[in-house]
Amino acid sequence: MDQKNVNNLPKELFKPLVRKEDTSEKISRPSRTFGQNARRTLFKNIPAMISLVVLILIIIMSIIGPFMNKYGSNDQNLDHAKMPPRVPGLEKVSWLGFDGTLSDELTGATVEQATQKAYMRFNNEEDYIDIKVISDGDGSPNSAEIKATYHIYKAKGLEDTYYWLGTDQLGRDQWTRLWEGTRVSLIIAFVAALLDLVIGVAYGGISGYYGGRVDNVMQRIIEILSGIPSLVVILLMMLILKPGMTSIIIALVITGWTGMARIVRGEVLKLKSQEFVLAAKTLGTSDGKIIRKHLIPNISGIIIVNTMFTIPSAVFFEAFLSFIGLGIAPPKASLGSLIDIGFDNMQIYPYMLVFPAALLSIIMIAFNILGDGLRDAFDPKMHK
Amino acid sequence: MARYILRRIVYMVITLFIIASVTFFLMKMLPGSPLKAEDKLTEEQKQLVLESYGLNDPVPVQYVRYLGNLLKGDLGISYNFDNTPVSDILIDRLGPSMQLGLYAVLVGTFFGIILGLIAAIFHNGFWDYTSTIIAVLGTSIPSFVFAGLLQYIFAVELGWFPVALWGEPKHMILPIIALAIGPMATAARFVRTEMIEVKGSNYIITAKAKGLSNLERVWKHGFRNALIPLVTVMGPMMINLMTGSMVIEKIFAIPGIGEQFVTSVVVNDYPTIMGTTLIYAFGFILILLVIDLLYGLIDPRIRVTGGGK
Repeated sequence: MDQKNVNNLPKELFKPLVRKEDTSEKISRPSRTFGQNARRTLFKNIPAMISLVVLILIIIMSIIGPFMNKYGSNDQNLDHAKMPPRVPGLEKVSWLGFDGTLSDELTGATVEQATQKAYMRFNNEEDYIDIKVISDGDGSPNSAEIKATYHIYKAKGLEDTYYWLGTDQLGRDQWTRLWEGTRVSLIIAFVAALLDLVIGVAYGGISGYYGGRVDNVMQRIIEILSGIPSLVVILLMMLILKPGMTSIIIALVITGWTGMARIVRGEVLKLKSQEFVLAAKTLGTSDGKIIRKHLIPNISGIIIVNTMFTIPSAVFFEAFLSFIGLGIAPPKASLGSLIDIGFDNMQIYPYMLVFPAALLSIIMIAFNILGDGLRDAFDPKMHK
Repeated sequence: MARYILRRIVYMVITLFIIASVTFFLMKMLPGSPLKAEDKLTEEQKQLVLESYGLNDPVPVQYVRYLGNLLKGDLGISYNFDNTPVSDILIDRLGPSMQLGLYAVLVGTFFGIILGLIAAIFHNGFWDYTSTIIAVLGTSIPSFVFAGLLQYIFAVELGWFPVALWGEPKHMILPIIALAIGPMATAARFVRTEMIEVKGSNYIITAKAKGLSNLERVWKHGFRNALIPLVTVMGPMMINLMTGSMVIEKIFAIPGIGEQFVTSVVVNDYPTIMGTTLIYAFGFILILLVIDLLYGLIDPRIRVTGGGK
């Protein structure tokens, strides 16, 4: 009976099947362009974002910093030479080193001898030197130790004067010079990187796109140029050119663009045989437009990353050249020349070395971390 | 292989010839002469001095003579040190420079490899982050800033080392550390990436399946394969090192080639500048050649053939 029923099911029991939508092919994640993906990856990279903020702050300071106090970058005042840093407010906190004093630990056979040494060290301004005895000594050489603190601002009657980062050997304000030097260093780095980019992309793009004999000749030229060590070329260029910003930029660009040209050429070679280029050609697009509108945008990630690494190396080379005396000529300052002067005065006036050296290091670190972050951002493997 | 070496050597000679010529003509364009303004000489005496240096001949004659002398290893006579041949000055100074560079490379790569290995073994752990931070600092901060820091802490404040002196082994410690930090950071970064890549490869998984311990896998299988590509970064590393040594020698007053260059620039001693430049160029090119050949020798997968590059 039951068996029979199965065959004669009432029509009402049947319902039309509602076809469910096929979800297997659906894209569950929002669709993002490559650029959006890259930006997301970069924004999630905390060290890179911190570096970016730090760099923006440094750039802003290099623009407005010199105007924040009344001293010009070349206002010499020999009476105020080599004054230590003194900042209003912070001067109360002695361990910060912004209290406008010079101090040193001196030794002698007795406390008196050491004290005499301290007076001699600090211009015999006995009234303004605080002596703190560290060990009394027993009469043997260098057994007594004192700490002498010299209140140089008081001694010179400059209680109302504040040099935030001190002054250099000619009495010029270090704060102003530091930020002007940063400006010079950054301008050199940015202009050099930009020229590298323009020349390198144009050269590499043309060489890779046209191929054949053009490519052959252009590549031989690059091979010869990059066979010559860049340090040697830069040093020679600096010798024959007048010292200054333009010369440093020229010297850096002459050797720097080959790297970019090689990378761009390699990428263009990879891309130019692809269909979208063929399509553009079929539609009658001119060669220049294909390079500009189709090829360059596709390799922009690599170009940006490479440029980001050119900037810190240009900052370094500028500092290096100024440091060995071939770069920025006085009275202009750059981070390298400030560090060079700082080295000469390191033993007694360490603040002259500390601030430019620290700023240079921060700039280099920030650019490198940001460069790493950008490289990850433009790497499709890193997109989440 | 032999053909490849020969070809590279021919290229090297051509590059050197170009550098020598360019250096010569650039130096001719420079203002200044061996005569100092403070030497009060009559016109005839001046002519005699110029004659003795061969500066009265036409430039092409000087050029040919310069190239001929170069082949004999004669780099001319220094304007600054009373008639001392440049080659004599530079030979004396080659020793300290090479010593410093060699030790810095050895110390740097050794500690760099260790740091990189530690980072790779403890991937994404505390030690990984520590060594990554050290590597970023080491690649970013210029060696002369490090030199200043070391000099201030260990020489000025603590007084353990002389500020700038050369002669005893003790004097070499600070310059070597300052110079070695760059190569160390480069090597550490590189070894870390390579090791992490190697870790995921099939033969390491096989080794794990065989039951080898983590240390054995790293040491016997991973490490050796990760080291081969390290040779490729040795080239740029050495070049950075030579740049760095120039400032380090200046800072620590080391009587080396770099220090000589910096002094010669100040006093317009052209023959010495030319000689130093050539030695630098020669050093660069030789190092790149050796590293290229070494790479071919170490890694059997890379067949260096005539048409290879």
